[in-house]
Amino acid sequence: MQIDSQIVGLLLEGIRDTLYMVLVSTILGYALGLPLGIMLAVSDKNGIRPRPALYRILDIITNILRSIPFLILLILLIPVTRALVGKSYGSTATIVPLTIAAAPFIGRMVESSLKEVDQGVIEAAQSMGASDGTIVWKVLLGEARISLIVGVTISLGTILGYSAMAGVVGGGGLGDIAIRYGYYRWETGIMLITVAIIVVLVQILQWIGMRIAKKLDRRIP
Amino acid sequence: MAFLEAEQLFKTFHTANGDVEALKGVSFSVKKGQIYGVIGLSGAGKSTLVRCINLLERPDKGRILLEDHDMTALTDAELRKERQSIGMIFQHFNLLMQRNVLDNVCLPMEIAGISKKDARKKALEYLEAVGLANKAHAFPVQLSGGQKQRVAIARVLAGKPKLILCDEATSALDPETTGTILHLLQEINKKHQITMVVITHEMRVIEELCDEVAVLESGRIVESGLVSKVFNDPQSEAAKRLLLVRQTQDILKGTGE
Ligand SMILES: Nc1ncnc2c1ncn2[C@@H]1O[C@H](COP(=O)(O)OP(=O)(O)O)[C@@H](O)[C@H]1O
Ligand SMILES: [Mg+2]
Repeated sequence: MQIDSQIVGLLLEGIRDTLYMVLVSTILGYALGLPLGIMLAVSDKNGIRPRPALYRILDIITNILRSIPFLILLILLIPVTRALVGKSYGSTATIVPLTIAAAPFIGRMVESSLKEVDQGVIEAAQSMGASDGTIVWKVLLGEARISLIVGVTISLGTILGYSAMAGVVGGGGLGDIAIRYGYYRWETGIMLITVAIIVVLVQILQWIGMRIAKKLDRRIP
Repeated sequence: MAFLEAEQLFKTFHTANGDVEALKGVSFSVKKGQIYGVIGLSGAGKSTLVRCINLLERPDKGRILLEDHDMTALTDAELRKERQSIGMIFQHFNLLMQRNVLDNVCLPMEIAGISKKDARKKALEYLEAVGLANKAHAFPVQLSGGQKQRVAIARVLAGKPKLILCDEATSALDPETTGTILHLLQEINKKHQITMVVITHEMRVIEELCDEVAVLESGRIVESGLVSKVFNDPQSEAAKRLLLVRQTQDILKGTGE
């Protein structure tokens, strides 16, 4: 195997496409998953405004979406992706299934982060006359922020993994390269390099996320 | 005229292990500017009672009259408004761990819609009042228990309360720190004429802080009156028992020295 400038260019492009898909999908995933997680945490029977029926409905939808394997979701969503993006392959198109797969997963993580917040602090805010919105914003999100940042880090890693899977159906990015060269052309070397890059990217994202979390945590004396 | 009046409060908790009757018809009244104590053993229903006053817990039956307004009849929005003028101090302080001391004190002012800049300026004054201005930029994790409780007191003052509720405010503190916190509460009461309801299982808190006391046992007030009267001449078994606990502690302390 030769690593010529063409392959380097290809890999750089792959990295760029992968980061593009992962970052945009994470942002869109949070645009859906953050409100979902907040609603789950608030409407739970121990939440600040228990709404058992609403919780049940959100809970079931979240579970169903989470239990569909990503590859199946990818195929199921092809018509939706076509309608939204105009085509069903390439990195922009892959953002659609990635976002739909990420949102319920993110919702669950946000829910669990918010539920970790000390009940006593929530009560203190209620005793001051805080509205539910204020409690969500200043107490739940504020106090859970470290756990939420760790959640973002986990999401980035998971979505990066999903994005590589999308390579099977021409999803663009590093996964696409790995499949095209490794599987169809038997260029194991390029495939291994691609996999290594994915691993390194996940590591870097984890490292950055954990650094930020640690730096912002005020519970460490 | 009573400033605060609890009328026949009932509260039952329905749990997996059956019903728990926490309050079985509790009534009492507090005059303006008074420090009213409620003492009882663990599980007597003290926390439930004090939480019924600001409706963190809604009584099944009964009314809470604050300056003749029925708290239980308020809408959610009215209740939130009313709570802004009722401060609450907790056993475990309940400070926001991710906010520094100054911003913790700002919280009630933010809720009241005061701008961040004005709130910060005022917060510093309240911290001065509790002797912690030098810790304004520290985080709760860096403070001792007594300091945390003083921040909580500054936070309560920031809401300009007409009533302060204390639920075991000194129970997580050592005896010496308990003394300084009790002194601070007394000073606040004297200076601003703020009415207080103090819940405790410690006799000392009642003796050092309160004007009147009610003894709560199994969800009922079994005795009440001026502190001096109740503890010089206890009528109920519960009050006698509490007194005995106190005397035993004194004796043990005496032999220890
Ligand atoms: N949220 C709750 N759910 C179920 N039982 C409760 C709840 N809060 C209090 N209780 C029960 O009510 C009784 C009185 O509790 P509490 O008011 O906390 O007593 P105290 O503060 O005097 O120790 C106890 O038996 C306690 O277990
Ligand atoms: Mg209690």
